[in-house]
Amino acid sequence: MGITFRKETFRDDYTFRNSPEHVRRFPFPFNEDAYMYAVNIEPHVVGPKGSVLENLIDVDEHYVAEMQDRALVLAEDPLRCQSLPHMTLAGWDLLELLMEQQALGYPEHFTLSRDGDRWRWINRPLGIDDTFTFGDTSTLPYGPMEYITRQSQGDFCILDQRDGNLWMDAGMVTTQADWSLDFDIGMNFFEWHAPVPLAHEKGIFTRALKFLTNIQQGKPARRLNWTMTINPRLDTSPENYHKWGPDRATVTPENVGQKVHLRVELQSFWRLPRSNGIVFPIRCYLIKMDELVTQPKWARRLHRVIRDLPEELATYKGLTRYRPTLVEWLSKLDDGSPTSPGFGPD
Amino acid sequence: MSTGTTKLDVVVSDVVPVNELVTRFHFRRRDGELLPTFSGGAHVVVEMRDGDRTRLNPYSLMGSPLDTREYTISVRRDDVGRGGSLFMHRQVEPGLDMVISYPVNLFSLDLRARKHLMLAGGIGITPFMAQTAQLAGAGGNFELHYTCRTASLGTYADVLQQRYGNRVRLYHDDREERIDLERLLSSQPLGTHLYVCGPAGMINWVRDRAAALGWPPETVHFEHFAAPQPGAPFDVTLAVSGKTIRVGSQQSLLEAIEAAGVDPPYLCRGGVCGQCETNVISCDGKFIHNDHWLSEEDHRSGCKIMPCVSRFEGKSLVLER
Repeated sequence: MGITFRKETFRDDYTFRNSPEHVRRFPFPFNEDAYMYAVNIEPHVVGPKGSVLENLIDVDEHYVAEMQDRALVLAEDPLRCQSLPHMTLAGWDLLELLMEQQALGYPEHFTLSRDGDRWRWINRPLGIDDTFTFGDTSTLPYGPMEYITRQSQGDFCILDQRDGNLWMDAGMVTTQADWSLDFDIGMNFFEWHAPVPLAHEKGIFTRALKFLTNIQQGKPARRLNWTMTINPRLDTSPENYHKWGPDRATVTPENVGQKVHLRVELQSFWRLPRSNGIVFPIRCYLIKMDELVTQPKWARRLHRVIRDLPEELATYKGLTRYRPTLVEWLSKLDDGSPTSPGFGPD
Repeated sequence: MSTGTTKLDVVVSDVVPVNELVTRFHFRRRDGELLPTFSGGAHVVVEMRDGDRTRLNPYSLMGSPLDTREYTISVRRDDVGRGGSLFMHRQVEPGLDMVISYPVNLFSLDLRARKHLMLAGGIGITPFMAQTAQLAGAGGNFELHYTCRTASLGTYADVLQQRYGNRVRLYHDDREERIDLERLLSSQPLGTHLYVCGPAGMINWVRDRAAALGWPPETVHFEHFAAPQPGAPFDVTLAVSGKTIRVGSQQSLLEAIEAAGVDPPYLCRGGVCGQCETNVISCDGKFIHNDHWLSEEDHRSGCKIMPCVSRFEGKSLVLER
């Protein structure tokens, strides 16, 4: 039994929806009724069946539609995918990781067979069957990173590790929450995090860097991050701000449930074996308010989190304009009763 | 979050004497699967069950990263050391089941380099065995200068010369051959990165000369795992776990902490990676710092210690463990 892939769009008519099963597996990011930054990093190990952690690289019902949306973004703007010259080896590392993980988790959809460096990759949902030589870029239609990330949900940053720092030296970034690979390429960990408020004062980045540079092979880690997006648009990039920024002024009490989406990023961190780099997949999950509030615990908790969010964070996440409308709408679903501990629905 | 790395169950598949001091050990996975891929410069920590004592020593992987059917390490016998190398030489035989860590790389190639200039001294040749194999496979530009005491102690010199011809230069101490470091470092093309692995004196000499000649620090890479030095026994109180322990003369502080059932994180066990850094709560005595991790200021302050390689002499020491 495989996944039934939805036909849907993340632009124009926005037909994106979550099936009821996918609503229940949504990675709701709040385990209490308030939110503040923390170094919320934990080992990336397999989680419960039916959750987004059932496999370490998650493939879901949006896979085919997301890959089509990525192809559209790249056709308009090829700079969303960049790899500095010394990062090709890391690209092969990533290709191996994603092929192995997808074939392991979803054998009905993906098959990888290897005979020495002669590899065959079958991707049934996208109708791909390619044979190539591992390590020989001329045997693939794209560079190794671009090839495999056109077939993998989520954005991918590949970080080179040197001089005790991490450097954003390659990536495929088309489903981002308002940041730009083209702007950040070549920057180090502190440079690309410079715009984040409050966290510097808390010394969070110094500690996080120390942790990340010590990530070991075979021991990936993960964390959740979140923001909100108006309309189910994957590509909320600075380059396309003129297309999505004004949407934030369109939220009304009548359309909150359909327009406002919680956007959760499952970020994971993996040591790459040949290049000694780190890959940082940023997997984006969207859920519209109407879907989210089918789980009463999530409705109550989200109301309290958004209502009490510090102003700097609300500004950084771009919520300022529609926050009052959203809080008012959510307040009607919050009877004040306590919420159970943990992330999951009741 | 993690104590060390994931472990691998291996079997010793071969033991090969290389010369009068060095023996090579081959490991395969017990389940017959391939070992994890690694990058040139990586090491593994080998667990040695020596009676009721467990030793954990790091050794560079020296095989080709392109071939993960087996891992190989080379161990130089140290007759006056703490016994790890003697255990490997005397007690490890083909067929023995052992446990090693996943590979960890604290001496990685900088893949931006236009050229890799490598300087090895003695057994410091081992990480370069893997790095040269990795670069040769990828058509990389490297040059290796290798200093050894005598031709017969030039471990793998013959193999390297056979593989790479005049990209490898040998220097024998007994023939009074010396690297002309000044000239070597002054005549490199822009974009060259320098790597050095060998005795502490050699590393310091190369780093000092490179700095004096204006090499940017980020282009100079070195690996020096300090082996823990023996010393006088001392007592330590572990405040968090509420234990008082004695560190034996042949034991490291980290080993004594582990023997008491407390498991600080570690990766290199050689004073380099920083994982086991421990806060000092109080002390009356003097520290013998042997690490390359803490700053001089940290050393002077007496507030921190790296228990993998450093020791203490005095009346009392209380650590936050």
